Amino acid sequence: MEKLMAALKAQIVEQLNLQEVKPEEIGDDQPLFKEGLGLDSIDALELIVLLQQNYNIRIANPEQGPEIFRSVRTMAEFITAHQTKQ
Amino acid sequence: MGEVSITASCIIRQHRIYRNDELLWEASQDLNLQDFLRAAYDRFSGQYPKFHKMDHLCKLGWLAAEVLLKEPLDYPPAEVGLILANKSASLDTDLRYYDTVKEFPSPALFVYTLPNIVMGEISIRHGFKGENAFFTSDHFDTELVMSYVQQLFDENAIGAALCGWVEVMNEQYEVILHLVEKENKL
Repeated sequence: MEKLMAALKAQIVEQLNLQEVKPEEIGDDQPLFKEGLGLDSIDALELIVLLQQNYNIRIANPEQGPEIFRSVRTMAEFITAHQTKQ
Repeated sequence: MGEVSITASCIIRQHRIYRNDELLWEASQDLNLQDFLRAAYDRFSGQYPKFHKMDHLCKLGWLAAEVLLKEPLDYPPAEVGLILANKSASLDTDLRYYDTVKEFPSPALFVYTLPNIVMGEISIRHGFKGENAFFTSDHFDTELVMSYVQQLFDENAIGAALCGWVEVMNEQYEVILHLVEKENKL
């Protein structure tokens, strides 16, 4: 899980072009949106692309989005659960 | 009715930035456009991470506004208009976006596939809520733009306007941005 979260942080910084953020500065449980990392709705779409591109995961139910993308940890848990199912 | 006049200007071309005809800063000609824009951001702004997500057209217009509006304008947000023009519209970004469509269409690029987005980025930064328009033509049509601006002033729709040319295609770019106000304001 730690390795996956570290990889995710690097991928988020690259995919979302967060040039003033270092991957290691993102907390495992830090909220990704609003008061946390400050991501917006376009970033949310980029995160969906990230999951599809890097992990071959499509989000079937858009209503799951806020739960999956709450933090790096929730993203990692979702990826792990999805990969276990396959 | 009152005559309008240009009260300040910013020009960005050939990796040089001018304010009111004074050369403020010059970057190495060896830099590509992306690196030049980053260096200019570091020199004139900073503290606005959303800049890095913008396309080249928005970065150029946004930077010019940043240099031009070093001192905040003394007008209510709804009274500042934006009237811009260029030759290539958003084609520079359209083509980049088209490249991504073949694999994973990029939402971050898609939102910049309209030329008027640059006015949105400037408005968000400075809180402007006035009239805006973006014209596309081979050359800057001074008569059209100035008559449009004059009409907005005559109708009291705006008290000031940023107006000018924001062009980019591949690595070729030019920005000429003016602050236009009524003469009797001075």
